[in-house]
Amino acid sequence: MKKVYGSAAEALDGVLHDGMLIAAGGFGLCGIPELLIDAIVESGVKDLTVASNNAGVDDFGLGKLLATRQVKKMMSSYVGENAEFMRQYLAGELELEFNPQGTLAERMRAGGAGIAGFYTRTGYGTQIGDGKEVKVFDGDHYILERGIFADLAIVKAWKADTSGNAIFRKTARNFNPPAAMCGKICVMEVEEIVEPGELEPDHIHLPGIYVHRLIQGEHEKRIEKRTVRKREDA
Amino acid sequence: MPWDRDQMAARAAEELEDGMYVNLGIGIPTLVANYTGDKDITLQSENGMLGMGAFPLEGDEDPDLINAGKQTITELPKTAYFDSATSFGMIRGGKIAAAILGAMEVAENGDLANWMIPGKLVKGMGGAMDLVAGVGRVIVVMDHTNKHGDSKLLKECTLPLTGKGVVNRIITNLGVLDVVEGGLKIIECAEGVTEDELRAATEATIV
Repeated sequence: MKKVYGSAAEALDGVLHDGMLIAAGGFGLCGIPELLIDAIVESGVKDLTVASNNAGVDDFGLGKLLATRQVKKMMSSYVGENAEFMRQYLAGELELEFNPQGTLAERMRAGGAGIAGFYTRTGYGTQIGDGKEVKVFDGDHYILERGIFADLAIVKAWKADTSGNAIFRKTARNFNPPAAMCGKICVMEVEEIVEPGELEPDHIHLPGIYVHRLIQGEHEKRIEKRTVRKREDA
Repeated sequence: MPWDRDQMAARAAEELEDGMYVNLGIGIPTLVANYTGDKDITLQSENGMLGMGAFPLEGDEDPDLINAGKQTITELPKTAYFDSATSFGMIRGGKIAAAILGAMEVAENGDLANWMIPGKLVKGMGGAMDLVAGVGRVIVVMDHTNKHGDSKLLKECTLPLTGKGVVNRIITNLGVLDVVEGGLKIIECAEGVTEDELRAATEATIV
């Protein structure tokens, strides 16, 4: 089966529908599927629920989908970098489900691994635990969290071969593997597609079984907070 | 004289032992890395990295290499990268020896509030709830009082909790306190701060 598509729009053809649940990789602006997000903006699909650790910034990443009002609900752990997000949320135009960061990652991993729910100590005794089943194991309190089964996963890797075996680079890996795993369909964008055999099988971070469609493209890879040491101090 | 930010960070660094894997929060906790001296401390960044290095030299910034505060950083020879599920697996699994975090309020039973103020802009808890629920030891570094002069060490937290009964030690500008049975125990006072002054600035029960 051919997995490589010519563009983000082609790779998303036939998989988008209003009201769907999309899991997105990335942490801040690092490792986000920027080309696929742009194509989803172009598609005009709406009433989306998006599970993503963050919500981009106003003019980049998921912030673009918020600006066009295509998102109905976000499932995130931290949304502090996006003024338009806050405006829509405070005006009651956007639903927000806060998830502790590790709970969000595990919910994606679990969904991808066929686990419907799991018990975690994270959030016990806080607002996050309200309304959730509590169980005591060996004297400690745990709350029940559900796996995420997304209609679509959009992720970004560094390199992949044509069968979808993927390698990530440095901290751009972050939520991409668990997001990829939890999608019924996973569309991946990479900086470089190579032929099978060019990647060392022992070095694959995400096996191609999780990747259904693949595109290569140019990435802006914007830096959110540039922090440096001056050369004369070194 | 109460401790300043750097003195608080230096005192917090004394809590760390050779060989520890540690997660540092933003603010004063980030400064702790400057005071670990010769100790072999490995810093975890919860976005998927063990062995966090310094900020890059100008021109060496890499958009694929950031810390949990989204700042550009560098790697070390011992660095390892992993995905977010694995990262929080090691946090929840108790593999990280300690987390050093800031706080808005700490209660005498170890309850911690540091993620939201109702009615104000809510940005989210990020990884804080997972960290306090999972790491071996939670050390809070914060000012003893808020900007109105009220104690941040309380009988009960008034703000929504980040974790219940999770704090082990509190380092403030006035001294060091442990969460023990029945309340807080004074471990030491900042140089020039008396125990009476520390007690007077504290709402929580001191045992």
